[in-house]
Amino acid sequence: MKIKLATLFIISFFAFTSCKNEVKETKQTTPTSSTSDAKPEHKGQANVKLTEGEQANALQVAKTIEDFSTLVAAIEAAGVEDAVVNAGPLTIFAPLNTAFEKLPEGTVETLLKPENKPKLAYILTNHVAPANYPVKQLMKEAKKGRKLYMASGKYLPVENKDGKIFVDGVSIIKSVKVSNGWIHVIDQVLVPSEKQ
Amino acid sequence: MKTILKSVLSLVALVSFLTSCAPTTGDKETNGTAKGAIAGNAAEKVYVAPGQHDSHYAFISGGFNGQLSVYGLPSGRLFRIIPVFSQDAEKGYGYSEETKPMLMTSHGFIPWGDLHHPDISQTNGSVDGRWVFVNENNTPRIARVSLETFETEEIIEIPNSAGNHSSSYVTENTEYVVAGTRFAVPYPQRDMPIEDMKGNFKGALSFLKVDPETGRMNIDFQVMMPGFDYDKAHPGRNKSSDWFFFTTYNTEEANTLLEVNASQNDKDYIAAVNWKKISEYVANGGGKRVPANYAHNVWDDNKHMAVTTMKKDVLIVEPKEVPGAIYFLPTAKSPHGCDVDPTGEYIIGSGKLAAAMTIHSFSKMMKAIENKDFDGDAYGIPIIKFEAVNYGVLEQPGLGPLHTEFDTRGNAYTTFFISSEVVKWNIKDLKVLDRHPVYYSVGHLMIPGGNSRTPDDKYLVAMNKITKDRYLPTGPEVCQSAQLFDISGDKLELLLDFPTVGEPHYAAGIAADKVAPKSKKIYKLDENIHPYATKNEADSRVVRKGNEVHIYMTMIRSHFSPDNIEGVRVGDKVFFHVTNLEQDYDVPHGISMIGANTSELLVMPGRTATFVWEPKQVGVWPFYCTDFCSALHQEMQGYVRVSPKGSNTPIKYTLDGDVPGVD
Repeated sequence: MKIKLATLFIISFFAFTSCKNEVKETKQTTPTSSTSDAKPEHKGQANVKLTEGEQANALQVAKTIEDFSTLVAAIEAAGVEDAVVNAGPLTIFAPLNTAFEKLPEGTVETLLKPENKPKLAYILTNHVAPANYPVKQLMKEAKKGRKLYMASGKYLPVENKDGKIFVDGVSIIKSVKVSNGWIHVIDQVLVPSEKQ
Repeated sequence: MKTILKSVLSLVALVSFLTSCAPTTGDKETNGTAKGAIAGNAAEKVYVAPGQHDSHYAFISGGFNGQLSVYGLPSGRLFRIIPVFSQDAEKGYGYSEETKPMLMTSHGFIPWGDLHHPDISQTNGSVDGRWVFVNENNTPRIARVSLETFETEEIIEIPNSAGNHSSSYVTENTEYVVAGTRFAVPYPQRDMPIEDMKGNFKGALSFLKVDPETGRMNIDFQVMMPGFDYDKAHPGRNKSSDWFFFTTYNTEEANTLLEVNASQNDKDYIAAVNWKKISEYVANGGGKRVPANYAHNVWDDNKHMAVTTMKKDVLIVEPKEVPGAIYFLPTAKSPHGCDVDPTGEYIIGSGKLAAAMTIHSFSKMMKAIENKDFDGDAYGIPIIKFEAVNYGVLEQPGLGPLHTEFDTRGNAYTTFFISSEVVKWNIKDLKVLDRHPVYYSVGHLMIPGGNSRTPDDKYLVAMNKITKDRYLPTGPEVCQSAQLFDISGDKLELLLDFPTVGEPHYAAGIAADKVAPKSKKIYKLDENIHPYATKNEADSRVVRKGNEVHIYMTMIRSHFSPDNIEGVRVGDKVFFHVTNLEQDYDVPHGISMIGANTSELLVMPGRTATFVWEPKQVGVWPFYCTDFCSALHQEMQGYVRVSPKGSNTPIKYTLDGDVPGVD
């Protein structure tokens, strides 16, 4: 299973990276002034390059961490790259590769199939709150009994158990500030529940 | 008979119908087709597809609007308006407490200026894309605009000057930026009868030294010239790079009805000034420090504020102190443009009232100086014999020549105001090669790098004073315009009309790749040393000092901290010191407070800005973010409670019910 998954991801990664290379090549042949090149080429915000001194956004950070390779592949497969680099603000509960491995066998492979793109996107949006929630704020949410409204439309409970934050029963391992919000690392996939 | 008459009449009618109809239709068709073909071709040349970049920047003067507009070429798209000498609500420039000192002068706070001539800094005679220098004509000042931040970094006032017009041109390695006075004024300034002008008024030519690292300017010296009008200037290039040339008019020294009285002399002069020689003279202790009073305003990107220093003296050099440094070259009637070709050999005076253009030769000038080929002097300054310095004249090139720029192929391009055209001519041969009408009444023109040693000669931008029917009408006041030409071929090809913001006196252009890679994206928060910066939400707070209330506020997507403030009273002076904590490109936040004189202060990532609010009414008043920053932008708001004057409501500030920084 593990090997299969890995292969799948490698393949999908190659697919994406090769796609990107193409984009780069096209760009190089395009002169600064495109007067001769009448065909406009449109790229999403995820392609905006990071420059020195600038803080990286959620996707740029996730891409640098090997433990998020499954998540990044899923984001790209679902076609939501541009959404996770948006001005937001976004708070992303980011499952590690090991979190995906905890899912029933075959789940990830199924989700990565093109026909399941909407379903995959829906699951991913359940990991994103369109708001700015540093840990301190999450503690406050827990104290006040406020739920987190997720991009999936679901409301997830927040609990503070002895100073540890749990979102929908899943504990936060680590938090990273990114330019467009926060990444909180979790080791379980937040599968949207059937009920609200 | 009747029938015959009838048939004759009908025949005439038919013929006239045919003749009147046929040519019209034909005309329309030919015109239509011809225009269509040209338009199609031109459209391709200026089309920059969505998401693609222009190949050049153009910095176009905003004239009476006091700003500098940034356009892309060839598209003619407007990217930004950089406020320099005028307040600008969009950027809060001249409104925020930090930027107000930029507009300080010896006459006090001047919120409105007349910006004329942009010139890009140079290295080895080529535009280097570090700074743009611009002049203010009315209250004489020179400003330096950074091409990293696209903001005004420095403004220095020019004393002993009025109508700062022959400015702001840079030498080949940006050693100096030069400012000449258009109006002669009493020196020193004093209460005296106007009619006693002659001999008592002077024309100062100011040489501002530029620090090669920081770009900081200071007036190194002023040459106190005779009281003529110094209209335009151009530094020498290549072999003539030690010299600076200024056109003069009103050498009659008339003080009234100049349109007649300043046009009496058949020739005025181009003043040739060896700046290097004078620079050495002052470096060795030459010149005399005299009292003056002028403002020097400097912006600091780490403090995020400007500071005004009033300077109290200036170094004056009288022409007679440095023999061999200044000469007059007789030039056809009331010249405007003074332009030097890339080789530095040809000095072109555009006598705006003359039938011919005067082209002087630098090598002839040097020889004439050596041979003392003079024709008397003016106020002790030798006048070189016309024949001894003149290379030739371009006879009947057009009417009302104003300004000339150059290509790399030995050609010059001159604007003609009265005949509304741009004329291409070969300098060496003194031969007109092509002419193209402009719409209408062109002032200056610009070729990127076209006044430097290395023109980048694909495009030419003509800047027009009058547009009349060229655009949809907008009432009595219609836009001024720029027209883009392709000059890469033998013939000038008109590609595009685009409107400008204010009167485009002049422009400077440069290849985008010399500027774009250095463009700043954010201000680093850890380099912010603004005295009222709040670099952490936990440090946001409100402090009362007598009747002053200082709010140390932060902004981040998507809230202010604090966002509930109480204890402010009517009669207080409330300072909002707002720091944008974002470190992400293109995420500014704005702030507006009801009843404040500044609506919308836009704060860039990492920057601190301040506005003052003097609440006049009791109540609870909201403030909000004015820039659509995020998905929760509409939620970015807060309240200030204003109690009556003399009330005891204590200062209280919270975010989500808690005092920021207190767990």
